Amino acid sequence: MVIECKHVWEHISGYLDATLPPDVLEQVQKHLEHCEICSAILDSTRNILILTADERVFELPLGFSERLHARLEEEIRGLAP
Amino acid sequence: MAATTEVRDEAQMIAKILAGDSQLFHELIRPYERRVYVMALSFLHNEADAEDAAQEAFLKAFRNLSSFRGEAKFGTWLVSITLNEARTRIRHRDTIKMESLDEPPDDQGHTLPALLRDWKEIPSEALERKEIRLLLQDAITALPLIYREVFQLRDIEQLSVNEAAAALGISIAAVKVRLHRARMMLQKKLAPELKQVAPKRRWAWS
Repeated sequence: MVIECKHVWEHISGYLDATLPPDVLEQVQKHLEHCEICSAILDSTRNILILTADERVFELPLGFSERLHARLEEEIRGLAP
Repeated sequence: MAATTEVRDEAQMIAKILAGDSQLFHELIRPYERRVYVMALSFLHNEADAEDAAQEAFLKAFRNLSSFRGEAKFGTWLVSITLNEARTRIRHRDTIKMESLDEPPDDQGHTLPALLRDWKEIPSEALERKEIRLLLQDAITALPLIYREVFQLRDIEQLSVNEAAAALGISIAAVKVRLHRARMMLQKKLAPELKQVAPKRRWAWS
């Protein structure tokens, strides 16, 4: 069965997570083989997920850890005489 | 001292803390500092508020450690404490428009991706550039809350579908649907932007 682009888009997330049922996966793969646009959407989505998961995107503020542990220490000393 | 590759036994650490070795709590939470802060930041959009909320979440975890049941991972439990803390603050913050925790009513349909003919891989080294980091931060924090939190847990914190569902108190199906929409929203926004700013120099051959 041939599926259209917009149906492929609904499965992009499942494709990336490898959770598509075998029959759907086969249809999507067949479509991707000949559809430049869907392939580019898939590639760009995958690429964007790799970038957004990178630790450098959100950095801890300078001194975050020191301030956190100092506050915890106060709490711990207060609770445990 | 040689580097050791000890396996953290969190259940044992928690038992010791509860038995009186409170100092061990510092060690218990070290691997989660970043996760908790980033999660708070993605909700609160402000570094100072996020830091405060993150501290509060860790303090609550310490105070309530005895109520932690070993069924979930400690990390997942911490995530739900952080979510609660951040949500409470959003609700109480009256200076900004209150964000709805419900599905936006006008968003029942599909999010169509940005259509591209080709895609040239953007390497992780591009993140050395501040403008690229800001593009990504802005896109994530601009997601509506219900999508942002799922995206945060699944794609940034790498929790499993089940863990994310448990932490958010929603069904597995809802996690999948929201995650898909979040990813498509990000693709729609970021793919054209990244395509514009990234190829300032040529990566590999082209």
